[in-house]
Amino acid sequence: MRERDLFFVFFGSFLVIYVVLPIATILLKQALDPKALIEAVEDPAVSSAIANSLITSTATTCIAILFGVPLGYLLARYEFRGKSLIQGIVDVPIVIPHSVVGIMLLVTFSDAIVDNYLGIILAMLFVSASFTINSARDGFLAVDESLEHVARTLGAGRIRTFFSVSLPLAARSIMSGAIMTWARAISEVGAILIVAYYPKTAPVLILDYFDEFGLNKAMPIAVLLILICLTVFVTLRWSLCSRSSA
Amino acid sequence: MPNRVRDVEVVALLEVVGVSKRVGDFRIKNVNLKVGNGEYFVLLGPNGAGKTLLLELIAGIRRHDEGRIYIGGRDVSDLPPERRNVGYVPQNYALFPHMSVRENLEFGLRMRGMPLENADRIARALGITHLLERKPTSLSGGERQRVALARALAIEPEVMLLDEPLSNVDPHARFRLMEEMRRWHSELEFTAVHVTHSFEEAFKLADRIGIMMDGEIVQTGSVEEILRPRDRRVAEFLGFNVLDGRVVGRRGTIAVRPDDVVVGGDLEAEVLSVDWTGYAFRVKLGVDGKEVTAIMSERPKSGKIKITFRKFFEI
Repeated sequence: MRERDLFFVFFGSFLVIYVVLPIATILLKQALDPKALIEAVEDPAVSSAIANSLITSTATTCIAILFGVPLGYLLARYEFRGKSLIQGIVDVPIVIPHSVVGIMLLVTFSDAIVDNYLGIILAMLFVSASFTINSARDGFLAVDESLEHVARTLGAGRIRTFFSVSLPLAARSIMSGAIMTWARAISEVGAILIVAYYPKTAPVLILDYFDEFGLNKAMPIAVLLILICLTVFVTLRWSLCSRSSA
Repeated sequence: MPNRVRDVEVVALLEVVGVSKRVGDFRIKNVNLKVGNGEYFVLLGPNGAGKTLLLELIAGIRRHDEGRIYIGGRDVSDLPPERRNVGYVPQNYALFPHMSVRENLEFGLRMRGMPLENADRIARALGITHLLERKPTSLSGGERQRVALARALAIEPEVMLLDEPLSNVDPHARFRLMEEMRRWHSELEFTAVHVTHSFEEAFKLADRIGIMMDGEIVQTGSVEEILRPRDRRVAEFLGFNVLDGRVVGRRGTIAVRPDDVVVGGDLEAEVLSVDWTGYAFRVKLGVDGKEVTAIMSERPKSGKIKITFRKFFEI
């Protein structure tokens, strides 16, 4: 490697190391105390919190795909008044603090979403849907419009063209957006704390245990959550990559 | 050529009547066009003339602002592309990359509930049977062109709309493909509107040619008729020398083909430049203060020479 390349390597590696370091540290520290990890696994509160997290974040992702993909297509293919406004609205959740999101949802839906799955899912959806919408839009933008034109002349209507040509070709991009939505949803705490403290999701339980019993009790659950999230994230990303190179 | 239709006024398969369309600053203005059943019509014009846009209007990919479009006697003006019964081959061929060649050919047949054997039949006719299980990304330009053509032909459309179908093919394959296009046209008896800026394609393939410039069709006719341009713009586009008639003792304006400018006669000319094009000399001459282009098989001597025009047209 040349000297000027080392410049980029040096500065570029900082953030990579910064992300890997805490993950590696907590995993290593926990490895020295496997008993606590086993205790955490056997704790029914922990397993039900993790199940809650997985169920709600997966449901959130499905809803984001169902409504986000058509919206992404609209943004990619049509010119209409107020399009940039819509695009702005899609991005708004990213800039609103999550505690504020919780307050807004509570004010809007009041008791209907307090302490139930619906509340968790709505909070997750609000903060994470834009990932799916934006990558669906980018995916559709990358599909050559003339493919859709040809499909139409060959006899496929608008909807059939969408499902047989546009969607399969944008699927990879949509999937990577959906993975981001899932990851963002499962890691949400702020908004959920306000609307639905119960049923407990894993990040809320970790916070709970940390407040009540301290770091030693919170850490094993954190490690479990890291392992699950990383496994799902890496598996999905890997399967997406290998499919594209096939 | 047994299937060539000469008398196109009798059966107009495609009829475009007073069609206008505005896209940003560009306009297609009052286009009228008739293409006969079985005819190979070439829409010839410079880039930016609106040829592709007109094709998209006929295909129904865009909706025209004014006028009517008839295909096979049906008014299709308000129909979406899937109900117009046209075969469309865009410039980039637009083969579905996630499907095999066979799936590409069968796509339209499935959508229309037509027998899938059509795909094999058309693949045989166009000599692409060996490509059927391949993915489009692994094909050469010429192979893609055939597949795109086959996919459009498989649905047996009333009219084929071909947008620069030979522009992505390398020069060696191009001439052969032109020959084959002629052959397929007469064997499969389809009606075609072929858009191009290439004179070679137009003169080799066309039963009739329409010249399109600045959003208008300025002249239509047989190859022979087009080679007698009616107005200055067409003449200049075709590479004719457009000159004041007084040079040859006429009133008005005349058009002279570069290969009709020959050495001899009594017109004074000054040789300004000589370029070897590979098979002839392109000579720039100064005649009466005007620049005249000549194509000559032999290099003229430099300085002042005498020339004459073998043929010219008054326009």
